[in-house]
Amino acid sequence: MTTTVERARVPYDGERTGSHQLAELLFRFRELGIVLALVLVVGATTIDNQRFVSGTSLQQLLAGAAIIALLAIGETIVIVTRNVDLSIGSVLGISAYAAGSVFVHYPHASTFVVLLIGLLVGAACGAVNGAIVTILRVPSLVVTLGTLYVIRGIDAAWAGGNQIASFSLPNSFNKIGYGTIAGVPYLGLIAIGAVAVATYAMRSFRTGRDFYAIGSNPEAARLAGIPVGRRVFTAFVLSGAIAGFAGVLWLSYFGSVDAIAGVGYEFQVIAAVVVGGVAIFGGSGTVLGAALGALLLNTISSALVVVNVSSNWNQALAGALLVGAIAFDRLIALRVAPALRTRRSSRE
Amino acid sequence: MNAAEGPLLRLEHADKRFGAIRALENVHIELFAGEVHGLVGENGAGKSTLVKILAGVLRPDAGRLLLDGEEAIFDNAKQSQTAGIAIIFQEPTLFPDLSVAENIFVGGQPLKRGRRIDVRRMRRDAVGLFQQLGVRLDPDRLARGLSIADQQLVEIAKALSAHARVIVMDEPTAALTASEVERLFGIVETLRARGAAVLFISHRLEEIFGLCQRVTVMRDGRHVLTQPIEELTSQAIIRAMVGREMAALFPKVASEPGPIVLKVDRLTREGVFTDVSFDVRGGEIVALAGLVGAGRSEVARAIFGIDRWDAGSVEISGRKLPKASPTAAIAAGIGLVPEDRRQQGLVMDFSIERNIALASLGRVQRFGLIPHGAERSFARDWAVRLQLKYGRLSNPVWTLSGGNQQKVVLAKWLARRPALLIVDEPTRGIDVGTKAEVHRLLSELAAHGVAVLMISSELPEVLGMADRIVVLFEGRVSRTFARADIDEDAIMRAATGLVEEAAA
Repeated sequence: MTTTVERARVPYDGERTGSHQLAELLFRFRELGIVLALVLVVGATTIDNQRFVSGTSLQQLLAGAAIIALLAIGETIVIVTRNVDLSIGSVLGISAYAAGSVFVHYPHASTFVVLLIGLLVGAACGAVNGAIVTILRVPSLVVTLGTLYVIRGIDAAWAGGNQIASFSLPNSFNKIGYGTIAGVPYLGLIAIGAVAVATYAMRSFRTGRDFYAIGSNPEAARLAGIPVGRRVFTAFVLSGAIAGFAGVLWLSYFGSVDAIAGVGYEFQVIAAVVVGGVAIFGGSGTVLGAALGALLLNTISSALVVVNVSSNWNQALAGALLVGAIAFDRLIALRVAPALRTRRSSRE
Repeated sequence: MNAAEGPLLRLEHADKRFGAIRALENVHIELFAGEVHGLVGENGAGKSTLVKILAGVLRPDAGRLLLDGEEAIFDNAKQSQTAGIAIIFQEPTLFPDLSVAENIFVGGQPLKRGRRIDVRRMRRDAVGLFQQLGVRLDPDRLARGLSIADQQLVEIAKALSAHARVIVMDEPTAALTASEVERLFGIVETLRARGAAVLFISHRLEEIFGLCQRVTVMRDGRHVLTQPIEELTSQAIIRAMVGREMAALFPKVASEPGPIVLKVDRLTREGVFTDVSFDVRGGEIVALAGLVGAGRSEVARAIFGIDRWDAGSVEISGRKLPKASPTAAIAAGIGLVPEDRRQQGLVMDFSIERNIALASLGRVQRFGLIPHGAERSFARDWAVRLQLKYGRLSNPVWTLSGGNQQKVVLAKWLARRPALLIVDEPTRGIDVGTKAEVHRLLSELAAHGVAVLMISSELPEVLGMADRIVVLFEGRVSRTFARADIDEDAIMRAATGLVEEAAA
């Protein structure tokens, strides 16, 4: 029997076996692929119609994707923990209506306070989701499907047939929706800032890494002493708070709100998240990827308009892209698996 | 060994019950710093329960755990880890989506300003840990796809990073190749030299002799002996492991072996089992014996068509079976009672009657529909024959006890009147009384001319039931015994790879 003490101590020297390098690169840096697809879509559309890359058009693309991208941040956090939040569209709706109501009753309310109110309304909804999922241990798919309808119902009962129109909103508030700084829309800036912060936080804080650990192997997470329940609860509160915040921005973007604001957003968002490379069963994927996924889907739907394809095809294409993204993931995973198996530690 | 300083860890008078089963009874063990302590015993001897108590996953019903002479009580795994105990399981539980370095430090990552994770230091520390272990492993790669041996390395690095003083290895070598075992031995030696107390659990006696300073033998949840390795021989350990009286649990009915029903010829599945040949005659019970991981269940799965085989052939009554087709296997008259009856043997939420009729729907159906009355009377017939104890046949099958659940699985296959019945660990987790009934059933089946292939980790069961015993070791047939020359010690030796050339 040899002892390791006598054995040469060679640190890992970073060598890689070449054959599966590309597949592994795509696997680990999924964002590159989305950017590539984005460039492809924009390029192809521009050949057809030069105005697609005009300043205002790009502004619209960015602003239009901003709200879905924001929602995708929260959804990513939840999905990474091997859960799902279907209630975000309803949360966005009720928060938007709440923000509108505040302006109806207090026309001079500060935008900051209204944003905070939206955030808190959303966080409260998220806390309800999180509590039912973690304390009562009901699958999140069922819980948030339920709260999707409950919150929408409360919203409808509250709004009745009312619509809060843009004349009830202060000008300074409306400006968030259409204003720009140096040509970049406020909404885009907010989304970019939020994505940057969230991407960094998910990578650099223990709580963020815990989300990934929980989604990757819940049982091992428990054994490693991670407070699984508390983390999952946090994920839902964050998702709710972001949806609430996005609701206020949604109001400023569209300028009016009724009881159907944000209906169906959950599926757009989940599509964006999955297209962006977040594994639907948790454990992997980044906020940046999800946000890029939102941008890609929004760009494709705009591109279809520009090249005069009926908007009816929009949904079909988004769906096909969703299925394509998942199939692509499986394919890449299958390609990478043997590479990962053969790259064992060497025994020299 | 510094016995003078007293043990690092001491478990005394530990008792643990699961319902009617006494998993541990007045067990004690002492681990000293700088010592590798071997723990051996058959399956069901209570080793896993002992490990789970040390891991903080289970709490003993009675007894005390002392660390450095002070009593320690663990409510969860985290407390055990904090106290300096690390467990390396046979199949480690890592996070496949996280990097190797993150897996080592999860929950306790090094932080820098602002409570941010210090990724660079984490990576450097991981490299340092692997250097201490004398291995090369890329800290940045994902844990997904690591071999079992490398996964264990990550767990060992984790133990080092947590400054674990007590390291428990639960059958770490069961799934390792010979060279991986050698590397692991080097690492265990390093850990020991650094002053850790290592509890090393293994079925392979040559490993115990190669690595350990003292050995504890357990049997039936009890402590049998603890002695320095120099005072023991492998014969003495085997005797201590199996030394119970043969219970009168095995009502063996004599039967006349008929024609060959199953003929397995040079069956090979690469990396799993190699060149396995044997046959089973009608009216005969043949046991496949061997250690966990020796390839017993895998051979059975291949015969039944669950897994593909790479070479060789399987014949049922002279007709060759196609590869990888359970449908063909069932049509040819094979029934499989799997090891994991909850996952693979039963549909737990289905009623008793539906489970019994499940494999015989072709016989119950009328014009493609399943008349409820026909299904019920079919099921009742078999429930009576097997003396099933049930409330109502329409109750879900999970309401039954483990033994009666097993009878439902048996009934399901018996209803098809199989030519060959494969039973994998037929009495695992079944109380003693029902065990005897299952044994009687198998014995009667054989007496009626059915060929029975039995896989069992319980030596007494093998000894009591089998007409012939085929012993596997590391995927190969190491020896075959006829009933006349069955010998416990010889079987154990064959199963642990200690085959005398003369006998083989």
